[in-house]
Amino acid sequence: MSQTGGALQVAASPASNETGYRSFELGGFSFSRDEYFVRIGWEAQGQKLSHKMSADAFLRAMMRDVAWGFFYGWVNFDSMIGTRNLYGKVEFYAGTYNPAYKERGLDHVETFDSRQIMATFKAILDDWTNEGFDPFAAPDETGKTWLGRKNGNNRGAIERERQACKRMPGLPGDAELRRDDNGYPVNRAFADVSQDEPEVHAEPGFENEVHAFSLFAYLSRSDVTWNPSVSSVLERSLCCPTTEEYLLPIKHGNDRVEWFIQLSDELEWQIEDKNTGAPRAKVIMKAGDVAAMPADIRHQGYSKKRSMLLVWENATPELPQMYERGELKPYPVEF
Amino acid sequence: MTTEFHTVFGSLSDFQRGELEIINDNPKNYVFSNIFDVATRSRPYEKVVVAINLGYVLETLRAEGNSGWFAAAHDEFAIVMDGEVDVELLKLDSPDAVVAPQTRGSVAIEGTPAGRKMGWVKCRRGHQVLLPRGAAYRFKATRPGVILLQTVEGALSVKKWGEICYT
Repeated sequence: MSQTGGALQVAASPASNETGYRSFELGGFSFSRDEYFVRIGWEAQGQKLSHKMSADAFLRAMMRDVAWGFFYGWVNFDSMIGTRNLYGKVEFYAGTYNPAYKERGLDHVETFDSRQIMATFKAILDDWTNEGFDPFAAPDETGKTWLGRKNGNNRGAIERERQACKRMPGLPGDAELRRDDNGYPVNRAFADVSQDEPEVHAEPGFENEVHAFSLFAYLSRSDVTWNPSVSSVLERSLCCPTTEEYLLPIKHGNDRVEWFIQLSDELEWQIEDKNTGAPRAKVIMKAGDVAAMPADIRHQGYSKKRSMLLVWENATPELPQMYERGELKPYPVEF
Repeated sequence: MTTEFHTVFGSLSDFQRGELEIINDNPKNYVFSNIFDVATRSRPYEKVVVAINLGYVLETLRAEGNSGWFAAAHDEFAIVMDGEVDVELLKLDSPDAVVAPQTRGSVAIEGTPAGRKMGWVKCRRGHQVLLPRGAAYRFKATRPGVILLQTVEGALSVKKWGEICYT
């Protein structure tokens, strides 16, 4: 049976009598879930293959992929499945970056129109997220209702608008600052962060150009984890700070170099080879540390306490091709 | 989980560098530095590049005393990471004459440029200030502090990776 999701057809089954959840199809892939697990199925070499993930981990990963519009490069849900953004089109793969599958030709990858895969992912996220579970939150902050049979939904949590500024938050016509009265209280883990704003003394006529805000206070009020959100724009140079707690629900393999600046507390990055998943390094960052993430790795972060991280991106569209053609080395500096 | 949290920020007088555990890689690939460590070893308002991405940079500046005037042909953004920094802004009468429009990065201005006072901002740790194109700006810090500047690599940008990064 097909359901209409906006103008696009999403291939969804009726709700299961047993679990209450729908199953979905996307090209040659099938998606289903039960009380604990998500199952992804595909065929290769005439063989039926499948992969399972814990439903909470799957929903947290899919939440990021949907909220980020497939982000930059590879968003690995785990060591088996994920998406690669081709900006307008998106690949979904199973086993393609896992040598045990890839070398035997048992992986499967298909390219979809971005709108089609987004409509399907949103329908899956909507159907499989129960009332009381927020896949954007850290485990300490949300319920365990991800498990069990279908029970309501949490559309408010999964349909948050991505916050992006045009130049800098708080400027006229730009993203709003976060306050108690617009729904952004201070997170429990940042209760000790000063809420003092800078003193701004503008001469008459320059009120819109003399501008400052407390970035740390802004971040202390972030209601989501692991969600880089633009806070200053210099042409293609984007500062995208975010607050991090528990673990990054994906392994991000970027199609370009990105940089991390740890603003508070501590975060550990596990670094693997982008194509094979072989471990390469651990980068343990404390407040003030700066590190590049080369373009040939994938990384996953672990943060015991909610911490503030500045993710710095270069959004130049030609970058992935320049790395693929070898015009740019995967690491940013030689010294 | 405990319900009492202590948020740890770094400062010039109190910071710890993180660690690199290498399994199969070159540590230099991570270009790993610490901005407080960099500022500890910098001259006042020396613009040390700590991150670079095809011409765009993040620079660390040790804020101490009064800086000269700077200007750029594009927006820049400063985040005060430690201390207290006053930022004074001046609307340039002829910005293109002070900084040619194609110039990348910030330039230092001799003396005080002709312009109108726009105002000033007092920033403490964690505060971010817009340094708008068309304006000149200067910093004042009565005690040493640290600025992280989002800009473009320019004539004043100092690169000394070998001194600041794990190798």
